[in-house]
Amino acid sequence: MKSLLLWSLAMGLMWSNVSAQQRHIPLDQLQSGLAFSSPEVRGLQLDDDFASPSAHAIDKGAQLWKQVTGSNNKSCASCHGEANDSMKGAATRYPAIDKATGKLFNLEDRIRNCRSKQQKASNWPLESDELLAITLHVTGASKGMPILVSIDGPAKKHFEAGQKLYMARQGQMNLSCTQCHDQHYGQRLYNDKLSQGHPNGYPIFRLDWQYMASLERRLRFCYASVKAEVPPWGHQDMRNLNLYLMWRAQGLPIEVPAVRK
Amino acid sequence: MSSARLQLPPRIVEGDVFKLRLLVNHPMDSGFLRDIDGVLIKRNVIRQLSCTLNNQEVFRAEPTTGIAANPLFEFYLRAVKSGELYFRWVDDKANIGEMRHPLVVQLANSSSSPKP
Repeated sequence: MKSLLLWSLAMGLMWSNVSAQQRHIPLDQLQSGLAFSSPEVRGLQLDDDFASPSAHAIDKGAQLWKQVTGSNNKSCASCHGEANDSMKGAATRYPAIDKATGKLFNLEDRIRNCRSKQQKASNWPLESDELLAITLHVTGASKGMPILVSIDGPAKKHFEAGQKLYMARQGQMNLSCTQCHDQHYGQRLYNDKLSQGHPNGYPIFRLDWQYMASLERRLRFCYASVKAEVPPWGHQDMRNLNLYLMWRAQGLPIEVPAVRK
Repeated sequence: MSSARLQLPPRIVEGDVFKLRLLVNHPMDSGFLRDIDGVLIKRNVIRQLSCTLNNQEVFRAEPTTGIAANPLFEFYLRAVKSGELYFRWVDDKANIGEMRHPLVVQLANSSSSPKP
């Protein structure tokens, strides 16, 4: 009886610790991608908001937030007021399960959904200027706040799928995400330092692309880099992976507008 | 498309040398990059950017493909008198961007006592 009790206690502990044990990088050793950037790039991000190459996207986001559109004649601000108040912390919780559809939504999905359902406006395509700018505006309201996503309940299966993807070797290079970003971060890959691969600065301005970019675009680039088949835009895999990455970055502050090489 | 941001010191006094920072919203497509569908993006960079103060040219730049997107132009002027700053830039597609901004120069404060 006693041993059974101990066993169940141990099992219970195991279950509750399951997430802690799966962490490859302990929470106190998490480092934002900023820490792996060169001083020049870091300077671009930290100097001041004025000279940031994403300054225009910031302006545009603020403008779009107030823009009345769609057949309901509403702007984001009509319902949500100031993004800095109403959207505070929102970005730290996404991707999250949408209650109405039961699907896993990232922040872009949520915004697009709101736009078509509430504003009844034509939707912005993924990776469009407008969507990136408004996502940046919403994410900006969570600047400095720690990431904390829920992986319980209906999100659990997405989390597990994301984790599986993260661990799986793929592509002609036969590499998995974990090999670079858990086992070899801090080391050099060509002229770059491998980061821990945290998603806390998105949407980012990437100097390589000379443009704002979503996490999805960055992940697609990772897929292409290991010569794996890139899933179509908006694919579920990307949402699952996004959820796993956000869980992995738990506690890191949101850093927008981030600049990366 | 052709919007810009200008940063000036909050207070400019006659005789000061002050810094202007102009951030122009422009893709500066070098002609070497591809878009997300893999299609080559045609070259489109700002060919010339000039700044005039009271109709007198005070700054001119002729950027090429080596300049990154959303270029930041930083230069210094000596404050002589108030007036209007006028920025104008032209790119490969012959799009013209313009920006006007008042320049307020305060007179050196004559009432303040000279330094001992």
